[in-house]
This record gives sequence, structure tokens and C-alpha cells, in this order.
Amino acid sequence: MNAMVEQLVVMVAALGQGLIGRAVSLFSVLAAPAPGGMPDPPKVPSSPWFWMPNSASNFASGIDGMFDFLLWVSVVCMIGVAVAIVYFCRRYGATSREANEAAESQADHSNVLEVTWSIIPLFVVIGVFVVGFQQFVSLRTAPRAAYEVHATGQRWKWGFEYPEGLTHPELHVAVGKDVRILIQSVDVLHSLYIPEFRVKMDAVPGRYTELWFNPTQEGTFPIYCAEYCGTSHSDMLSRVVVHSPEGFQAWVAEEIRKIESMPLVELGELTFNQSGCATCHSLDGSAKVGPSFKGLFGRQEKILGQAGITVDENYLRESILEPQKKVVEGFPPSMPTFKGQLSDRRISGLIEYLKTIK
Amino acid sequence: MTSPSATADVLTAPAESDSDSYLTHDKGILSWLLTLDHKRIGVMYLMCVMGAFLLGGVFALLLRTELLTPGRTIVEHDTYNQLFTLHGAVMVFLVIIPGIPAALGNFVLPLQLGAKDVAFPRLNLASWYLWVIGATFLLVSLVTNAADTGWTFYTPYSTTTTTSVIPALFGAFILGFSSIFTGLNFITTMHKLRPPGMTWFRMPLFLWALYSTAVIQVLATPVLAITLLMLIVERFIGIGIFDPALGGDPVLFQHFFWFYSHPAVYIMIVPAFGVVSEIFPTFSRKRIFGYKFIALSSVAIAILGFLVWGHHMFVSGQSVVAATIFSGITFLIAIPTAIKVFNWITTMYKGRIHLDTPMLYALFFLWVFSIGGLTGIFLGVMSLDVHLHDTYFVVAHFHYVMMGGSITAFLAGTHYWWPKMFGRTYNEKWGRIACGLLFVGLNLTFFPQFILGTRGMPRRYYNYLEEFQGLHQLSTIGAYLMGVAFVITAIYLLGSLRKPMDAPANPWGSNTLEWRTPSPPAYYNFHNPPEVVEGPYEYADWVYDKRTRGYQRKASHDS
Repeated sequence: MNAMVEQLVVMVAALGQGLIGRAVSLFSVLAAPAPGGMPDPPKVPSSPWFWMPNSASNFASGIDGMFDFLLWVSVVCMIGVAVAIVYFCRRYGATSREANEAAESQADHSNVLEVTWSIIPLFVVIGVFVVGFQQFVSLRTAPRAAYEVHATGQRWKWGFEYPEGLTHPELHVAVGKDVRILIQSVDVLHSLYIPEFRVKMDAVPGRYTELWFNPTQEGTFPIYCAEYCGTSHSDMLSRVVVHSPEGFQAWVAEEIRKIESMPLVELGELTFNQSGCATCHSLDGSAKVGPSFKGLFGRQEKILGQAGITVDENYLRESILEPQKKVVEGFPPSMPTFKGQLSDRRISGLIEYLKTIK
Repeated sequence: MTSPSATADVLTAPAESDSDSYLTHDKGILSWLLTLDHKRIGVMYLMCVMGAFLLGGVFALLLRTELLTPGRTIVEHDTYNQLFTLHGAVMVFLVIIPGIPAALGNFVLPLQLGAKDVAFPRLNLASWYLWVIGATFLLVSLVTNAADTGWTFYTPYSTTTTTSVIPALFGAFILGFSSIFTGLNFITTMHKLRPPGMTWFRMPLFLWALYSTAVIQVLATPVLAITLLMLIVERFIGIGIFDPALGGDPVLFQHFFWFYSHPAVYIMIVPAFGVVSEIFPTFSRKRIFGYKFIALSSVAIAILGFLVWGHHMFVSGQSVVAATIFSGITFLIAIPTAIKVFNWITTMYKGRIHLDTPMLYALFFLWVFSIGGLTGIFLGVMSLDVHLHDTYFVVAHFHYVMMGGSITAFLAGTHYWWPKMFGRTYNEKWGRIACGLLFVGLNLTFFPQFILGTRGMPRRYYNYLEEFQGLHQLSTIGAYLMGVAFVITAIYLLGSLRKPMDAPANPWGSNTLEWRTPSPPAYYNFHNPPEVVEGPYEYADWVYDKRTRGYQRKASHDS
């Protein structure tokens, strides 16, 4: 039954895709699509289930079990409603107004029935409440020995800081190891959401919030921002990579080695990719939230309310650290500061990298 | 039963005579704009709400069109963010909140109660003007630089964005007063203007629903007003209340906001319960089942609705203890809601069911509202909500309740009372076609969104991963179908106004008092206050008359 419904939905979806796909390709010619936000969007690994995504953490099976239970309760209730509507309308349907048929019965109350249909749902919801409570307490109680990662939400990127002194835009963890994420925001509300782990927690400026999980499956899964945060909210994506325990150690060592020994231009490119620059600045000349980096170095720019400048090393450095000081005309003053987040070496690297974007 | 037909004087008033109907009593635009007649104010609300619905609907179709493809389809991301904000704000504050209470309620309440008008006719007109002024502010925000905060105005985004949030906030602030005035008026009217014999438990269930709604409007809306005012103060003067950069607390705003906005969802749905509670017995020719349970469950929902706001905040950083209490009370609301659904279904049992358009909409309501209500249980479970919160599952859930519940019931009520309001019948065939089309469209639009949500698609996303495209496209096709259904509905309803008045006084054989006046009703509603001698759902004495195409009460039914 479930499989049949699933197949039907897939068929209808395929049909819809075919039909609409054609209409949309026509449409897209009229309104040429601008390049989408994320340069390299995360992939959703295919799930063995129809409703839920892959289950990749210790919480997934319990929460999915709750979902399945409620789904079946709902299916039974909806079948009941449908049968009652169809049967009553056929069995008790009036032939015409002229016939003036009277109802077979005018029965208008039954305390037995009222009590029955109050008590049964009450037991169901009490059961569901108790189990949901137990699961929630477990979701909110991180083990003391968990590996701690600090996550920072900032319009419109995630940053993860590891205890080894590494900062990375992706979350890397080891399978089977408890991980506690301490979440903060530097500007507005965000929400760290990993569907495959069934966890989510808001990032609130001015306080820490937290979530924890124990990954049960190696692989790469998407991370979303689930609390609306403005222009590029839907591009505030990242990914969580679950390694084998040895793989995780190797990854950390490799990242640290990379940063220490990298030539400036490469470090700059890495920093560009890690700091969420691409959310607002393109490399191909198209304007996004901010000016494109293509041919930026040495370009003459008009500055809002000030004399024009030529983009040089000092202007770039200033714009990274104090972005509101000299805003290029025609763009909103929405860039966040990177003061205290990027080392001098990384800033120099960024500048050298920008010089190569011609 | 020896119950003399005490309302005989009303009944004998010729149904065909419309010489002194409220529509023709005065002429000219000023006679409408300065009217104190609840019926005319109701009609003005109805027209305004329909206009706002058109606006909000166009926004919705633009949003759905944009979501046909990931990335840009027709608009930029900032425009998309403004569109969903306006869609939400217009639909909530301008359409659904005033929809049933202010438009249908204003027209029906005094008639159904047996009164000549509401208790404070001038306050009633003032509330309509406040609606117009509030709507104007929202439109000012729209044409200047529309707010992009979402209808929830969450801080600190709303205090830092450069868009014109203040006109939108001020609009919502004024609309709140419009709502409070209507609520005050309804409560007073039901306490003070009931005619002889109209005891509380002889009141039609629509009035019980409006009463419960009015209580929420009067108690909850001031909190919204104060909250919005604090937000305006913070933006204008920079006093730190919610913005952490100024020393405020952003989560405090969410508490204040939902303290109003959760009860507000009952302002939106409880009147819908009232409408279908009229339609099920009338079109089943049978007394409503469990009258007192339905009546008191509305009151229970109104009270419990005040104590559950924190279930919007399970992942906001709120404490586990608070979340647990909010979750527990949330589940209690499932009980009075389930009681209503079971009673409506049982009302049809052994009835004589007439499937006219209002009844089709009521059955439509029963199906979609049940889905909306059941998926609410999923979201009330704290652990499951962590996964589903702020995804399309929530979007689908509240559209099933708000669109499938409130708007469907609004359409049911509009079709039910249309002959009474305007004295004209609409095209029944087109009514059924549009209803069917809307049913398919609504389920096609919102059911795929449940799947999107469980699979992890967050809401308020302009761009999305390719994996989600198929379901988004199904949803968009559904939205277009609904658009077609609403155009058809507008054409046949407004088209009926060009016909001569042909509606009988009582086309459906209802036993509530509004049907004992001619269609459209006389200017003063009732020549003499009617005397009520029985419950509102007694149909035995109403006989269909082929000649007038309406029901007549048996001339004498004394035994």
C-alpha cells in the first residue's frame, strides 16, 4: 500500500517534471537565469525512505519511529474521514429538495460517544508526548566527553572552529564519536540544520546555544541555515563530512599542514573559498550583492560620498577589516567585518589571490 | 410540542419585497461610507477582504512561479524575500483575521442573534476605517521599499534591515485595533442584545465561535500592539529591547510575538469551526450532534490557545522545562479539536444530505482541516519538531489549516450566506466546478510540501538544491489550478450581482434567525424583536416550496 502510493507520487512527479520542464526551459529563455548562489552546492545522498532523508546519527531511528507511528495514526484517521464522508453522502444522500425527505434520526447527543472520542485521542497524545519528551531531553543533553566544535553563523556563511586550532567552512567529524556543537551568531538569527542527523538549533546573537549528535554513517550531508536571515539565506549552505576515526585525524593534520606551508596565492584562494566571499562576490564579472572580483585589482572605483579610488593593497586590506568605510557606489553597505577572524598572512594571501583574478 | 410560531410577523413579511432592503434603503457612495448598518459594513469588509485576497494571491503565484527552478526564475532574491513577507502579512492581517469575523460575522451576527444591529454601530464603522488605514500603511511599505523580514518580524533582522519595516509594523499595529474593536463589539452585542428566549445554549454555534474569537481578539491583540510599538521605538530611538547589539534579547521578541500570534491562529480558525457548524446540520436536515461539546470546545480552545505559544520556539534556545510545558498543553488542544471533527461527521449520520456548494466546501474543509490538524500533532512532538521546524512541513501544515481550514470555511460561508447578503443566487454548477478544482489544486500545492519538509527543505528559500525541484514544480502546478478556481469563483459570484434579485428568503431550509428575514434583509433586520422558542437546528417545520425555490415554515404547527 505504502509502496503503491510512493510509486504513484513518483510517477506524478516525473510527469510534472516532464511537462513543466519544457514550459520552464521556454520560460528561462525569456528570463535568463543568473548564476545561482553556491558555487559548489552540497549533494543530498539518496535516501532509502520516501519521507525522511538518510539516517546518519544516533537520533534518526527514534525520531523516524515517532514519525512513522504518527503517519500511520494519521492514515487511519484520514481513511476513516474519507470513508465516513463518501459512505454517508451515498447512503444518506437526499434525492431532491422537492422530495422534502426528513432525516432518519434527530439524535443529537451521546455522552458515551463524546467520552470515547475524547479519551482515545487523549491516550494517544499522552503517549506521544512522553516519548517525544524523552527523545527531546536526550537531544538536548550532550555527553560530557563530547568533541567540541564552535559553529559561527554570519550572513551568509557557516564557520566551524576545531579544538586543534583549525577554522573551516565545513563540519568534519568522525563516525561513532559524540560531537557537541556550540553555536553563536555575529549578526542576526540563523539556525544550524542537518536533516540527515535530525538536529537543528538556532544561532542567537549574544548567547551560546548547542546541539549534539553521534554520527552513525560515513558520508557527506548538507547543512542548511533554517532561520531566515536576509538576501542570501537560501545560499547559506555547508556540508558535514563524516570520516572514519583515522580519516578524521588525517584530515585535521592535512588541513593544518596545508595552511602553514601554503604559498600566499593558494592560501588566498583557500581563504576566499572558506570565508564565504563567493556568496556576494563573483569571479566572472557578474554583479551579486557586492562588486565582482574580476579585474578588481587596479580598477578605478567610485566610492559612495567620497572621492574615487584605485583598488590597491591598502584599499583591499581596509575593505576586509573595515568594510563600511569606503563602499563602492551602487552596492549596499552589507559586508561584515573580518577583523579578528583572518590572520595577517591570510589577508595578504587574499590580496595576492585577487590580483590573479583578471 | 406546543410552540407557537412567535416570529410569525417576521415570516409574513413578503419575501419578494426588496423596496426597503438594506441595499436599497439609501443611495449613493456616502450612504455606504458613512453607514452605521452592520450589514453594509459587513459587505464593505467582504469587498475589501476579497481585494486583499487577490493581492496576496498574486504574490503567492509569483512566489510559486519563482520556485519553478532553483536560482533565478523571474525575480531576484531580495524581491522574493519581499514577496513572501507581503504574502504572509496581507493574508494574515488583511484577509484571514478579518475574513470570517469582520466580513461574514458583521453581517450575520446581529441577524442570527435577532438584534437590530451590533451594540456599538459607530465603533463598528471605525473598525472598518482602521482596517482601511492599516491596509494603506502596508501598501505604503509595498510601494516604497517593501519589508523583507517575513510576517513574523523576527529581531534583530527586523531592526537592522534597510527596507521600510516601520510602515508595515505600523499597519499591523493599526489593524490590531480594528480587530480589538470588532471583538469588543461582538462580546457586548452577545451579552446585551439577545432577544427574549435567546438563551446562551440556543445561540447558533457560529455565534459561540465568534464569541470565543472575540475574547481572544480583545485579550491577545494588545500584546501584539505593544510589541510592535517596542520594535518601532527600538528602530527609531535605538532603545535596546530586542537587539543584542543594544543590550536587548532577540528571543524575548519571539515570546511576545507568539504570545499574540499563536492565539491569533485561533482567531483565524475558530470562526471557521462556527461556519461549518451551521452548514453540516442545515445540509444534513438534522440537529447538530453534540451542540454543547462543540460550543464549549471553542471556549476551551480559546483559553488553551493562550498557553502554548512556546511551541513555536523549541529550537530557539528556550529551556527544556519551558518547551515541555508548552508541548504538553499543545497536545491538550488536540482533544477539543478532535471532538469537533467527530461531532460534525456524526451529524451527517442518518441525515438527509444535500450536496450544494456550501456543503461541498464544508466536506472539503473536513478533509483538509483534518490533515492540517493531524500534522499539527507531528509538530507538537518536541523531538520530531526539532527536525521539522522551519521546513516546508510547517509551511504545508499551516497552509492546510489556514488556507484549507479558514479560507475554505470562508468560501463555504460566503456561498451559504451569499443569497441572503445580496438577494441573488449564484450559478450552482460553476460553484461545484470551482470547488472541485480548488480541492485538487490545494492538495496538489501543499501535499508535496510535506514531503519537501520531511526531506529537509527549509522554508523561505529562494534558491534550493536540485533534488527538490520535482516536488516544487508539482506544488506550483497546484497553485496555478487554485488561481484558476478563484478566478472562476470571482466571475460567477460577482456576475450574480448583475442579475435581478431572485433569492428566496430561506434557500437551504436553515432554522437560524437570519433566514427569517427576506433576502436581502430589511434595513432594520426585524420589525419586532423575534421571540426564540427552540434551538437553532430544528428542521422539521421547514418545507421546500417549489414556487419560490425556498423553504417555508409550516403555517401552523401547533398540535
